[in-house]
Amino acid sequence: MTGLKRLLADRAAAIGAGLIAALVLVAILAPVLAPFPGDVSEFHLTERLLPPDATHLFGTDRMGSDLFSRILFGARITIAIAVIAVGVSVAIGVPIGLVAGYYGGWSGGLLMRASDIFLAVPQIVLAIAIAQTLGPSVENVILALSATYWPFWARLVYAETRAMKGQVFIEAAQALGASDFRVMVLHILPNIASAIIVRTSIGMGATILTAAALGFLGLGAPPPTPEWGRTISEAREFLPEAWWYAAAPGFAIFLVVMGFNLLGDGLRDILDPKIRRGAK
Amino acid sequence: MRRIEIILSRLLWLIPTLVGLVVVVFFIANVVPTDPARIIAGENATTEQVEALRAELGFDRPLWEQLGIYVRDLATGNMGRSLYTQRPIADDLAHRLPATLELTFAAIIIAIGLGIPLGVVSAVKRNSLTDQVLRVLSVSGLAIASFWLAMELQMLFSTRWGLTPLNGRISGFGPDEITGFFVLDSLLTWDMESLGGALLHLLLPAVTLALPAAATILRFTRAGVLEVINSNFVLYETAMGLPRGLIIWKYVLRNALISTVTQIGLIFGVLFSGAVVVEAVFDWPGLGTYAVQSILQSDNKAILGFTILVGVVFIVVNLIVDILHTFIDPRTLK
Repeated sequence: MTGLKRLLADRAAAIGAGLIAALVLVAILAPVLAPFPGDVSEFHLTERLLPPDATHLFGTDRMGSDLFSRILFGARITIAIAVIAVGVSVAIGVPIGLVAGYYGGWSGGLLMRASDIFLAVPQIVLAIAIAQTLGPSVENVILALSATYWPFWARLVYAETRAMKGQVFIEAAQALGASDFRVMVLHILPNIASAIIVRTSIGMGATILTAAALGFLGLGAPPPTPEWGRTISEAREFLPEAWWYAAAPGFAIFLVVMGFNLLGDGLRDILDPKIRRGAK
Repeated sequence: MRRIEIILSRLLWLIPTLVGLVVVVFFIANVVPTDPARIIAGENATTEQVEALRAELGFDRPLWEQLGIYVRDLATGNMGRSLYTQRPIADDLAHRLPATLELTFAAIIIAIGLGIPLGVVSAVKRNSLTDQVLRVLSVSGLAIASFWLAMELQMLFSTRWGLTPLNGRISGFGPDEITGFFVLDSLLTWDMESLGGALLHLLLPAVTLALPAAATILRFTRAGVLEVINSNFVLYETAMGLPRGLIIWKYVLRNALISTVTQIGLIFGVLFSGAVVVEAVFDWPGLGTYAVQSILQSDNKAILGFTILVGVVFIVVNLIVDILHTFIDPRTLK
């Protein structure tokens, strides 16, 4: 079976892929799907805090804006933050791990010690420190998340490269006169790609949670940006009466993170035969 | 390598890592050229007053010199003064550390108490309905934003049903402080009223914090048990007629928990930092609320101190885990 077929045959992974596809679709089509696309920035103070009904599927917020529309537009921010932050982390972490693992020696050790320093503090704490210094904005959240997340990839790729280096086919390639660059990119990278892909899927979920927490703490985009974490923090003072206000963005985060985690689990089963989920 | 060598080499690495951490965090806190002297002096201060204050606080020196002074002060436990509380940051942090540790420990206990037994059940009854439900729950537990869960639980249990206190650590004065851990202090002073209050206040924040951790422990325990349950020694013990319960809960579990114990160490760090958001929701007077207030006040030095303290706790916990690991799994000594 091809990879895609095997992936879709796994029920959990298929649900995960479906959830992510839905998120991407919603983000792209937000202006079309949203019943009140203007409500990202428009206020209707006479319609404040209306419970969900046929017009306002998820109710309205403290400014009278349609929550359903805002959640749809929030998907764009969520995707942008997760894709860019994780993308940058991979782009920085993978080459560092590859070079440090391939050459080893004191320079490799030094690179890994540098990543140890970043890993010495929990990611969210360091991200808070960076985002706080730079000031609240989506760009700074992305910067804070990338600056704190690359060591995870460096570590992973370093370990995998070290394990791969002793393999006979690498020695063979070197004996045939392949350059170091060629060995790293054409021989080692494809063989450790599955580990990177699995980690990326799970990392996307984790990044979305961290980004939402930063938004919740007021370090994300300033209002009226429809960022999900910020929306939840806005809803706080209107609980328990306006229960729908926090419920909608909370469920949105839950579904998206769930999607990436399920997909990551499924990918691991397919790509990494060493850690198959239990004996069936 | 012998155990003592591992411990010594890890201890030796502790110092450069800590110094590196301080340098990195210090420069992060100073990437943006702000003028803290002007903020501290207030809006009505004259230029001369601001200049004088700047010289007094050392902000007129080059950044690397400021770093040197910061590190020197840090070595004597001086982290500077908080803009928010007007007290030494080190005192503030020390005063709030027990609250966060108490919350973290409570969460770890709940997470282990839920995660390990459920993980064993899930593995033993694999692919049954129970297993399916537990796996869905554990995947869900890892996908929930903790601050959202905190708010929803608070809304239901405190505001709607009035079963648990809304926020804080205790109602009234609390037990006489000995250690700063309210549960421990009320036991030491045999103050049952405070004990009940402290536990009731702990319940929701600890459960919120514990759920994702319980999900992780469940997954690792399940995987560990599944790996061990088909080994020859289990077959042998079964053939010898040992009761199934004894085999599973004693011999299988002991072998299956090796990776789980490592995870619990990592989880401690995750919980300790996850407390930031959960504390913010429950107004738990720990390090998390302090950090959030410092964010709101743009109090860079306080955030710097908080970050370094969390880093130190994190490094020490990881060190302990590594050492414990050599006892649990002697194979690492090879």
